[in-house]
Amino acid sequence: MTALVIKSCGPMTSLQDHGRYGYQRFGVSPSGAMDRRGLALANALVGNAPETGAIEFMHLGGAVTAVGGDLRIALAGADCSLTVDGKPVAVHTSALLKEGETAEIGHARQGTFAYLAVAGGFTIAPELGSLSFHLRSGMGGLQGQPLQPGDRLPCQDGEQDGTLMHLPGEPLNDDGPIRVMLGPQDDYFTLDAIRTFLESEYSVSPQADRMGLQLAGPILTHANGFNIVSDGIIEGHIQVPGSGQPIVLMRDRQTAGGYPKIATVISADLGRLAQIRPGESVRFRAVDRSEAVLAARARKEWIAALPSRLVPVQPALTTERLLAANLISGAVDALNPQVPRPSVAVTK
Amino acid sequence: MTVSCSGSIVQTARILPCGDSALSVEFGDTIDPDVNDRVLALDEVIRASELPGVLETVPTYRSLLVHFDPTVADYDSLTHRLLSEAQSLTPQTSTGRRWKVPVAYGGPFGIDLEDLAQRHGLSPDALIAIHAAAVYRIYMIGFMPGFAYLGGLDPRLATPRRTQPRAQIPAGSIIVGGAQAAVASIACPSGWHILGRTPVQSYAPQRNPTFLFAAGDEIVFDPIDPALWTDLEQAAQAGEPVAEEIGR
Repeated sequence: MTALVIKSCGPMTSLQDHGRYGYQRFGVSPSGAMDRRGLALANALVGNAPETGAIEFMHLGGAVTAVGGDLRIALAGADCSLTVDGKPVAVHTSALLKEGETAEIGHARQGTFAYLAVAGGFTIAPELGSLSFHLRSGMGGLQGQPLQPGDRLPCQDGEQDGTLMHLPGEPLNDDGPIRVMLGPQDDYFTLDAIRTFLESEYSVSPQADRMGLQLAGPILTHANGFNIVSDGIIEGHIQVPGSGQPIVLMRDRQTAGGYPKIATVISADLGRLAQIRPGESVRFRAVDRSEAVLAARARKEWIAALPSRLVPVQPALTTERLLAANLISGAVDALNPQVPRPSVAVTK
Repeated sequence: MTVSCSGSIVQTARILPCGDSALSVEFGDTIDPDVNDRVLALDEVIRASELPGVLETVPTYRSLLVHFDPTVADYDSLTHRLLSEAQSLTPQTSTGRRWKVPVAYGGPFGIDLEDLAQRHGLSPDALIAIHAAAVYRIYMIGFMPGFAYLGGLDPRLATPRRTQPRAQIPAGSIIVGGAQAAVASIACPSGWHILGRTPVQSYAPQRNPTFLFAAGDEIVFDPIDPALWTDLEQAAQAGEPVAEEIGR
């Protein structure tokens, strides 16, 4: 069976798909890809549905090998180099990783999370409907673990011989302020605190991970204390504990928690926020519901339109390709003219 | 403010927006069985209604979190419907189940039992008797898969959390933190005090049902002889609930 084997990777490399929804009432965090735009793009390049499970790399790259057959792969998300058998692969382009060859994913030069998708996805049993690995509960992934060197990820056979594709004209990432909607507990803050939050620059602290981004910047003052009875938490909630320093809760958040939330990042901007690196700065801009919904629609349409925007890769005309091509098909055997002559085997 | 049928004053439900794809229907800001009843009653109504675009609901102590797809759901009609349902809920006590949950108290199973008994001027046996006499209500499942937040702790056992949280407590730990009690479902970090341990697996990935308890259920603890632990644990690992569903 064809499989992708991890040769090397960073400590926070894991399988992630769209996420594990439907079980939050039982305390199960959805987890899922930190940047769904990157996940959808990598998947589109190999002909997968946008939410198919892929390998998520965090900051550090790694190396993978195809065993038991060829694999069609693609990388998207953070700006990382990709080479196959030592040869560079152009950005937003799928590549064929032949049996025994190694693909190397470089460290992120910009952004944090990169996605390596394989045509047909991985044939790994989902847990509660999802492959997504969740660190704190040990759910999903490969037997409840992050990926590590030596891991073997079984893949779909027979999905690997499709055309290699390229997505032209797509920026690596958009920038600009992260859009938020105020609430649910903005009434727990002074008007000054809300103004400060919207007008200041915050920097992402080194504690940023899949669970949350700690931000450092001007202190936000609570108007009514910071002890509330725990209520539900969603990804994008910006909670402010007693320290007055906001924390944006991300995909691996717990399902309930107890600090007032000043604002919530709109769904369309969550992936963009996840790509901001520790030490980089972030600004927030308040928007109303109609702008947030328009952005969510635009994101949905962007993902739906991906397959139609792909163009086939035009292979360069190299000697190797010319030799591999059957340039004399149609020749017939002089002794038996009714049967086309078998192709000439070209030896190199 | 409105006055409920039972005569206690309850706040009118209000909608708190949570970004573009969720909202919270808040019934109050305290830990109160009446408030939690209303949360669970609305949860039941909404789950049965299959409203367009609604993806998932999450009941908590005092509010119902509603996840929806902003490209499908119409926010105004959704909030209108939620508020009108919230106004017309029939006050009812929770329709959950009651579970008898075996617990091995003290010793290696409850490493904080003696310390807590001493702090409260009780013998360990008296503390166990008080803890096991109460009927606990599961207000919500959260924090970790299957982690049950309980109300109903005897105020004599309320104990501030540890100043140094433990990096990990065992699965099944029966714990107390402040005025709250809980059943820890899986090994997790905690600053709460450990009184005992149950072999019951609130969350068991290979079992059907995967999750045993739900918000609105009740729990009574049944002290067991620690000698029974191994057998019960093996039964739980073989997929038996071990907790017994009893009448209310």
